[in-house]
Amino acid sequence: MSRLNIALAALLILSALAVVQAQHRARSYFVELERLKKEARVLDEEWGQLRLEQSTWANPARVDTLARTQLSLIAPPQERIRVETGATAP
Amino acid sequence: MNYHTQKLLKLNLVTWRMVTVGGLLLAGLTTIGIRAMYLQGLKDTYLQGKGDAVANRYLTLPAHRGMVSDRHGQPLAISTPVEALWARPAELKLSAQQHRQLAALIEMPPEALAKRLRSRTRGEFAVRRPVTPEQAAKITAMGVPGLVLRREFRRYYPAGDVAAHVVGFTNVDDVGQEGVERAYQSWLAGEAGERRILRDRKGNTIRDIAPIKTAQMGGNLALSLDLKIQYLAHRELAAAIKTHKAKGGSIVVLDAKTGEILALANLPNFNPNNRRNYQPGPMRNRAVIDTFEPGSTIKPFVAAAVLERGLFAPESVIETPETWRVGNKLVRDVHPHPRMTVTEIIQKSSNVGSVKMAMSLTPMQHWEVLHRAGFGQLPGSGFPGETAGRLRDGASWKPVEHATMAYGYGMSVSLLQVARAYMAFANDGEVMPLSFLKREPQEVIGERVFSPTVARQVRTMMEAVTAEGGTGMRTRVAGYRVAGKTGTAHKLIDGRYASDRYLSSFIGMAPASDPRLIIGVVIDEPGGAVYYGGSVAGPVFSQVMAASLRHLGLPPDMPPEDSTRLTQPSAVPPHRNVWGPANDRPV
Repeated sequence: MSRLNIALAALLILSALAVVQAQHRARSYFVELERLKKEARVLDEEWGQLRLEQSTWANPARVDTLARTQLSLIAPPQERIRVETGATAP
Repeated sequence: MNYHTQKLLKLNLVTWRMVTVGGLLLAGLTTIGIRAMYLQGLKDTYLQGKGDAVANRYLTLPAHRGMVSDRHGQPLAISTPVEALWARPAELKLSAQQHRQLAALIEMPPEALAKRLRSRTRGEFAVRRPVTPEQAAKITAMGVPGLVLRREFRRYYPAGDVAAHVVGFTNVDDVGQEGVERAYQSWLAGEAGERRILRDRKGNTIRDIAPIKTAQMGGNLALSLDLKIQYLAHRELAAAIKTHKAKGGSIVVLDAKTGEILALANLPNFNPNNRRNYQPGPMRNRAVIDTFEPGSTIKPFVAAAVLERGLFAPESVIETPETWRVGNKLVRDVHPHPRMTVTEIIQKSSNVGSVKMAMSLTPMQHWEVLHRAGFGQLPGSGFPGETAGRLRDGASWKPVEHATMAYGYGMSVSLLQVARAYMAFANDGEVMPLSFLKREPQEVIGERVFSPTVARQVRTMMEAVTAEGGTGMRTRVAGYRVAGKTGTAHKLIDGRYASDRYLSSFIGMAPASDPRLIIGVVIDEPGGAVYYGGSVAGPVFSQVMAASLRHLGLPPDMPPEDSTRLTQPSAVPPHRNVWGPANDRPV
């Protein structure tokens, strides 16, 4: 009888340790999850800012000015445009 | 009792010592007991609160407002987190040197900063919002107690004033005030969520104690606008207003097939990124909210009305004297011709001819056609504050009103409304519901206003407007057939028509063989010598139409014999080398 008791006591201690271990792992994973969530939020915000930046650079007014002044582009005069009739590209 | 009998173990206990020690122990125990009772029983809520304050936290999960974009996903309004500098005056300790440093850092005069910091002595208040991330980093490095950086969302409008009237803007509390921001407030607005968490000593989150109330992020919204066309429309309108020294103007570009609003611009306008100069005037979306008397742009509807009743055919000839009397009103033509066909009446915008056609209808018949075309009713774009214009019931029309109605006086419309009504001519008689939101073509069901035959006949007449001898020769677009109608209306000022103040307009569509775009332009009070709709609003139409058609890649529909010079590659003149010396660049 006493042998069984000892065995049970050992099992009890083992399971208690396992609980501690599981709890600890749960907490560390939770911390990790929180960190990743925060990172996702930061990345999301950065993406928004990059979109904003992209749209500022791609602002048609800016592109127009740069094309005219820096690249000296002009709209082609009518004489330079040839209209191809018939098959249109898909 | 054995012990007492043994002499050795017998203690000589002094009674007073026993009492003292016993009393002290009892007193200690009682103190602890009372204290425990006090903490556990009487002050427990307070202490529990303190404990929770350390370990339990309520976290607000911020929800940001949805993004507004154009039809190709280019952002028009976007919320992004920014740092704001707040001060807690109670804890604030700022040395004179730090004060100067801070003032320089946030680009604020030191006196202004001092005044700002002294303005309140309690609570918290914003010192500067927003500060750039670099400024924020330096402020943190200074480590001044009482200065805190707060994370806030700020709304940016990358397109600035170009799309200001459609997109609108929000107030400091992120609530839409104008335009789409207001119309779709509930969709765009997010709802902040909340979590209750348990934290350890180091501030790490251990677990959630209560179910998470997730934040509802605001929905994104794709508008029907095409930013490129919008920009073009805005630029050309601004150029025309400058050239003609006008007071203002509006332009609307519609997709005739789907009823989507591809561009809508007004001048004067405002910059939604700068809320400081708040003036209600420039913020008004004139094309949707303001009304004007349409003038000659209404004439195609009169023509459609008489055509559909079979009263006239496009080539019927009408006697058109220079003046024509209706009641006590003398109707006059600016460019008189003794006899004109119905097509020529539209082409040369004859008031007399139009009145004679309209008088062949009863007032109710005339009213019914205008009503069917949507005048006097809300255009249904969903824009806040859109106007229905004014169209009095046909039963109450006097003959004079009936006559003036034929050339667009005595009723009022918004530019959006006229452009919408012209969809009937562009779309073989069907008007598509307007939309500021992007939509798929199969979603829309049109409303039949005219029969396809009548719509096509009127469109052919309007094509004559841009042909030789028409009022809209300056509205042509190389390579494409254009149909439209000019309008030059005297402005009504203090109940009288001002003889020298005009609203010049042009509403047109292209390619006329199967119109895809409708553009309406109104210029308010052109100040120069030129004021005819065809000469003031026409060129704006032509420029925007040409660029938009090219942008959308629509095939030209002008018959080749009319545009031979476009198809003759041999006619290429020696061309200035715009590429500079590097000739190997791809052309």
